[in-house]
Amino acid sequence: MDYTLVIALEMVRAIAWLVLLSSGLAIIFGMMRIINFAHGEFLMLGGYTVVISTGHGVNEWVAMLVLAPIVVGIFGVIVERLVIQRLYGRILDSLLATWGLSMLMIGGVTMIFGNSVTGVATPLGGMSIGAYQVPRYNFVLIFAAIALLLIIWAVLKFTKAGLIARATMQNPDMSEALGIPTRWVYMATFGIGSAVTGFAGALLAPMTGVVPTMGVNFIAQSFITVITGGASIITGTLAAAGLLGSISQGMTFLTGPVYGDAALLLAALVLLRLLPQGITGRIFKKSL
Amino acid sequence: MEKSVIRDPGFYVMVGIGLAVMFIAPVMLDLFTIMQFTQYVVLSVFALSLGYIWGFGGILSFGQAAFFGLGAYTFAVASINMGSTTIPMVLAFIIPTIFGAALGYFMFYGRLSDVYLGVVTLVVALIFWKLINHTAGPEYSIGKARLGGFNGIPSIPTLHIPGDTGAWLDPAQMFQVFMAILIIIYIALRFLIASDFGRVSIGIRENETRASLLGYDVRLQKVIVFAIGGGIAGLAGAMWATYQSFIDPNSVSMEMSAKALVWVMAGGVGTLAGPIIGCILLQWLTLKLGTVDVVNSIAVLGAIMMVLVLALPKGIVPTAKMLAMNGWTLWNRRPNRDAVTRKAVKHE
Amino acid sequence: MTKFSRRSFLRSTGMAGAAALAAPLVARAAGDTIKIGGLHDLSGALDSVGVPMNQVFKLAIDEINEAGGLLGKMVEPVIYDPQSNMSLYSQYATQMALKDRVDVVMGGITSASRETIRPIFHRYKTFYFYNTQYEGGVCDRNEITLGTTPAQTVARLIPYGMKLYGKKVYTIAADYNYGHITAAWVKRYVEENGGEVVETEFFPLDVAQFGATISKIQGAKPDFVLSALVGTSHLGFYRQWAASGMKSEIPVMSTVLGAGGSDQLILTAEEGNGITASFGYFEEIDNPTNKAFLAKVAAAYPDKDWVMSEISEVTYEGVKMWADAVADAGTTDRDALLEVLTSGKTYDMPAGKVKIDPKTQHAIRDVYIAELQDQIFNILESYPNSPPADTQMVCDLVANPDSNQHFEISL
Repeated sequence: MDYTLVIALEMVRAIAWLVLLSSGLAIIFGMMRIINFAHGEFLMLGGYTVVISTGHGVNEWVAMLVLAPIVVGIFGVIVERLVIQRLYGRILDSLLATWGLSMLMIGGVTMIFGNSVTGVATPLGGMSIGAYQVPRYNFVLIFAAIALLLIIWAVLKFTKAGLIARATMQNPDMSEALGIPTRWVYMATFGIGSAVTGFAGALLAPMTGVVPTMGVNFIAQSFITVITGGASIITGTLAAAGLLGSISQGMTFLTGPVYGDAALLLAALVLLRLLPQGITGRIFKKSL
Repeated sequence: MEKSVIRDPGFYVMVGIGLAVMFIAPVMLDLFTIMQFTQYVVLSVFALSLGYIWGFGGILSFGQAAFFGLGAYTFAVASINMGSTTIPMVLAFIIPTIFGAALGYFMFYGRLSDVYLGVVTLVVALIFWKLINHTAGPEYSIGKARLGGFNGIPSIPTLHIPGDTGAWLDPAQMFQVFMAILIIIYIALRFLIASDFGRVSIGIRENETRASLLGYDVRLQKVIVFAIGGGIAGLAGAMWATYQSFIDPNSVSMEMSAKALVWVMAGGVGTLAGPIIGCILLQWLTLKLGTVDVVNSIAVLGAIMMVLVLALPKGIVPTAKMLAMNGWTLWNRRPNRDAVTRKAVKHE
Repeated sequence: MTKFSRRSFLRSTGMAGAAALAAPLVARAAGDTIKIGGLHDLSGALDSVGVPMNQVFKLAIDEINEAGGLLGKMVEPVIYDPQSNMSLYSQYATQMALKDRVDVVMGGITSASRETIRPIFHRYKTFYFYNTQYEGGVCDRNEITLGTTPAQTVARLIPYGMKLYGKKVYTIAADYNYGHITAAWVKRYVEENGGEVVETEFFPLDVAQFGATISKIQGAKPDFVLSALVGTSHLGFYRQWAASGMKSEIPVMSTVLGAGGSDQLILTAEEGNGITASFGYFEEIDNPTNKAFLAKVAAAYPDKDWVMSEISEVTYEGVKMWADAVADAGTTDRDALLEVLTSGKTYDMPAGKVKIDPKTQHAIRDVYIAELQDQIFNILESYPNSPPADTQMVCDLVANPDSNQHFEISL
């Protein structure tokens, strides 16, 4: 009984983790059709922000919830101005340029901070579920994922900015004709997507620690989640994360991490074959 | 139709350079440089495989390394078990071709396109990579060959003259054989592209709906192009395995797939010379960066890639061609200005 | 020109870049030198391990040159950065052997990189030193192997842990050659000591989430956990283990934590405290050679962000022992050097007394067990003169000098 509960909790955590990991990418891809291959390094940057600032005495919650999104968001805007804005409509060029960016960031962070920055301990400690102990931090992750999705939903649904964003997403030319400065919308979108990614990286840091090369381990997972989800930011991400996360974590419990990962990939493959435009390309089409 | 190849001076330049390098290099250069060249040749074949399916079939594969690795592992396992290298080389072409056809069937008959296609190929390569990395234990062997997981398979036989397993090729001979393979593949692809089949592929790349409305079987066409690309990549993998005499999961990695994309991109999509030039240039640079005291090789390489994309969006070869053409017209215009104006007058 | 235009800036930086590309890492001296190759990853995934090794490597060479060089010549390092990429390893190894014609090479970090370059050096008869702790079994006349093997470390760690904590062991290991072989040795030593391995799990090197495993371990209730996890992603295990509050419940021992000299700094003190490990070298070794060595390193690299670890110290040993042999033999010829090195001479090194076993060309050395406390390993036990018994089971280079193989020791 306890064990079942622990497994269920791990599954929900895995789903929450995928949601956090891929939301930033989904915002950028869903709105701008730009694949940010440096996504993993944006996560890394979020992680470093937390680790470096707590090392200088900043409260770790402040660092995670406030500093990391701001720092990575600003960095995202700079990248957009310098690189991405020249590459709109050129999905492949953007992929290659951001791949170059990812290598530059790995090298740059190594040069600036070195390879062995002491991480931050996972806050809150453990709690017991029957005979088992689990980190309380798991609940932070789950809560953060839910909150993040709710906020994105509310912004898109109820604010003027959200309306503009949705309009640009559906028909950029028409929105431009109606007087919406799409360039600014794109810049803001990239900045917000980056900030969300930074936030995810910040939450990740206390669990896995930070090293300059950590990003490569996440890019494939998040990329696959976003594409499998399809164009809708919230429903797509949630559906794909839910499906892929539970399948992979279930397999991990049954066999081990290798087949867990393989199952995730295989599930994505089958899903894309059945639903070539991603989950929200066919089902939940009208959703956000 | 094939005439377009025969009339193209670029074709003769490429083949000429290839033949010249093939025969002169072993005489002129030292052993190390030849081995270096061999590496460029092998990777150029790999670059061509992607250059073909992307530039002339409109199929963007993010996981081309899956075929490269499949060919390499096929060759490694087969040659270690058989002791000879001739049949394994053929197998390394056939098996990836079949796999390419199967995967192509799965994708194109599912009407996957665009980024989704890219992701599926990426995922397939990732699955390969995961599974092959997991074969470290002694229980994972095929015949005499241990798959070796992350460490890979060492002691892969060197190529020998077909039929005589004792007659190993020395590095210079190996270089010439590989160079010959590259030239043959280049010529074959040029003629394939200029044939009816190739023209249909290009038509599909330009406008899929129009091609299918005109009655062409778009899906079958794409499957064939994809399978050919897979076979060539597999062959490159086998060459890579025997050249390095070891093979490890890096050959299937995302990095390897991405490298191929960058080579093609940098050299120029829609050309065959471009991927080769892009590959040689960037590989040379990677190697060079590791031997000099720059701050961090990977950072520099990343910066160069970004600049390349921003400054040369069309790739090296098309940009160079365009510059050359502009220069040519400028050069022509000067002495013939009168002729041009006269013609214009006549038209009126 | 006073105005600093963007164009001129671009041009000048471009030229600086070109100059950097053209200048070799170390300016080749005009005269005759003795060349020593160094192949350590200075960028990419393994740079946290490679950079310290390379710095110590250069320090050892500087020391030799300050003392007047060797055989009346200066020693010139030839350093390449394989960028954590196996095919670059193979290319640079070929370059060192054929083009630079170095007299000896130190380097290779993972077993995969060693098995990539070892056959190349063997083929071209370029003398090769492998200075990393590894799974044992290399049998090659052309290679001197100085790092520890499982028979030196795991064989000590397991009985120590079983005496202290109990007989039920749960093994978690990296899913590659090193992890599999180490796990097999763990099983053997646990069973020899009358214990039981309840479960062995392998993790690919890119796994960073260990929640499922931590729950499984709790279900199995072992007396201690033996970790052969490798690399920075796997550090997530120790962190998540601490976060679950398991640190006070089940102790953890490791065969690799701290091997590269940065793991103990990346983990916070609370996360690392109490983890036990075994190596051939720890900074806290109390002898005058070590104190002098550490002082020199601190002077040469005042802002280093790593701790001296076995593989870096052994790299230093490699250079010094080779230089000593060259001075002794009066030549850089491989066979003459091998004769000196395997003659049974004992070297006084920071790690203690080191001797080369002529049968395996591995080191017979002092081995230590230490516990991590506030990011520092405190030595608990030491075992002088431990032989590489595992490799000795399969390798005898005195009887078969032509051997060129990496034996996988079957248990």
